[in-house]
Amino acid sequence: MHADPKGVLTGIHFIDGDHAACEGALAAGCRFVAGYPITPSTEVVERFAARIPLVGGVFIQMEDEIASSIAILGGAWAGKKVMTVTSGPGLSLMMEHVGLAVITETPCVIVDVQRGGPSTGLPTLPAQADMMQAKWGSHGDYEIIALSPNSPQECFDLIVKAFNLAETYRVPVFFMMDEVVGHMTERVVIPAPEAIEIVERKWTLKKPDEYRAFQADDDMVPEMVKAGDGYRIHVTGLTHDDRGYPAMNPQAQDKLVTRLVNKIRANRDKLVDVREDGVEGADVVVVSFGITSRVAAAAVEAARHKGVKVGHLRLVITWPFPAKRIKELAGRAKAFVVPELNMGQMVLEVERAVAGKAAVISVPHAGGTVHEPETILARIMEAAQ
Amino acid sequence: MSDADLLEFEIENPVAPYLRQERLPHIWCPGCGIGTTVNCFARALTESGMNLDQVAIVSGIGCTGRVAGYLNLDSFHTTHGRAIPFATGLKLANPDLKVVVYSGDGDLSAIGGNHLVHAARRNMDLMIVCVNNFTYGMTGGQVAPTTPLGATQTTMPYGNFENPFNLPFLADACGAVYVARWTVYHVKQLAKAMLEGLRKKGFVFIEALAPCPTLYSRRNRLGDGVDQLKYYKEHSKIVNGSDTKDVGLTFQGDFIVGKFVDRERPTWLDAMNAHYSQHFGEKYVPYGVSHAQN
Repeated sequence: MHADPKGVLTGIHFIDGDHAACEGALAAGCRFVAGYPITPSTEVVERFAARIPLVGGVFIQMEDEIASSIAILGGAWAGKKVMTVTSGPGLSLMMEHVGLAVITETPCVIVDVQRGGPSTGLPTLPAQADMMQAKWGSHGDYEIIALSPNSPQECFDLIVKAFNLAETYRVPVFFMMDEVVGHMTERVVIPAPEAIEIVERKWTLKKPDEYRAFQADDDMVPEMVKAGDGYRIHVTGLTHDDRGYPAMNPQAQDKLVTRLVNKIRANRDKLVDVREDGVEGADVVVVSFGITSRVAAAAVEAARHKGVKVGHLRLVITWPFPAKRIKELAGRAKAFVVPELNMGQMVLEVERAVAGKAAVISVPHAGGTVHEPETILARIMEAAQ
Repeated sequence: MSDADLLEFEIENPVAPYLRQERLPHIWCPGCGIGTTVNCFARALTESGMNLDQVAIVSGIGCTGRVAGYLNLDSFHTTHGRAIPFATGLKLANPDLKVVVYSGDGDLSAIGGNHLVHAARRNMDLMIVCVNNFTYGMTGGQVAPTTPLGATQTTMPYGNFENPFNLPFLADACGAVYVARWTVYHVKQLAKAMLEGLRKKGFVFIEALAPCPTLYSRRNRLGDGVDQLKYYKEHSKIVNGSDTKDVGLTFQGDFIVGKFVDRERPTWLDAMNAHYSQHFGEKYVPYGVSHAQN
């Protein structure tokens, strides 16, 4: 289906990534946001608070990120598309509810405009150091989806995709921005509503007496209802059976956790979104994501001028990691160069996929600014030797 | 009478339609007061005449946190302390729902204390039932923010020296529009308070004192559940309209029960709608209006 025109500000805009992400959320049909102020993400909710009264929906500034991250889950079970927005310290506080969203299969989008950490770190300066937290931060075994935009335009386009994926798979989807993407102002084209594809929630057509809230179809994703529809659902953070009732035994745990993990793992190939530039036949492949991909692109160009056969693979969906694609390339390229605004996180995934078949060179950066293209170039040249 | 005669008198438990029968028996200990509060709640639901499809119940974690799992309503068993913010999201995203938060004293006032005070401040349209058994039952009887001074708990093995909350005073100070305290001895009053709470618009806080014979009473040599009911009966005094600052609890001392607060304030949603209507004029379509007209 297409976007609800009420939320779509069709036209050409000159806005930053935070504002564009808000517009994308509105275009995606998000009508309930709970948030708590935190730099450098606050502009997203500020714009939502300003826009939502006339679009039709609710914004509430909660008392903390813990409250925000569970208020949106309540909002989703009342039928709305929902989002919360934060940065590192707030993301840490939200982790318990990532797990609740996973086990209750509640569609939601969590925007993380990354800043330097650990702790209060660098509130106004960029990093990409929450990548592993997005994947592993809550306790227990689970899978999530994460996307990494590299421009304000992508903050709009990809957050629509984030909402669609949250609904398709009934998982929390992380939107991994960073301070530079959040605060850089660029041209953003917002299409007409009919040009924006929207995935509706997977509502059930079954009657209450034949409906089981957590009985999955072949795609491993159960059909959903909302509170007030007369289904008298029970939703719990405990391990549960198909009816949603607590079932605390190894068999129920195995059945539930296996499905929760497999509904993403089995769709890994569908969930690959990489942008490739000259990777076929390349001796060296640069793997990057988010703002770093724009710096890396300059380094790749410079290396080509120096005669190096270098390709660039940008991760748009960062989780699940496109291990299969990296593995294919590992048989051909002799080295991978992985620049990122952290001390080496996604490079671990590249190493895992490459499995010793090529050299993997990390280009870490503690954050606070972006890499110098020359730094990445030097590592590409080194890799090409 | 023979068994056959008795069969003629077999009637369904009036609470039965409100329970998920397939989930029984429940986990609560003999003498626990939580089941009594559920009985009162079912009675209040009956008398309210509400469409039960439009009533949702939200619990946190703990013994009382299991209430949501037994009630045949749309029910949400959330995380420890966070029932109120979940309920806030549920209510704001669908204002037609009547949302009840049913949880324990530790869940609501310790780990969830921040949410309790802010939801009361906002006058979020939620009914809170706080079953106060003075302890953390599920984890084995640790000190709670409600444990009276001098009572022994596993993490206060030589007696509690921490000052407890006076929960009605807290709820009142933060802006709740309805505040009452009853015990599971006062079943009629408790059911009536719950009925009034269901009909009241805004932040309702009902404290229900309940025995935890396994972990509070026995450890403090207070006997079993019945002994606690006797204590409630003999040491409570009904003072409706009492100033909430006077209703603090002491270890096995005399105490006050009653309806303390019943007032009107605009709910968060009503305030939002009124404010935006004024600010935007006719451009603003009031949000969730079918509820506002109820």
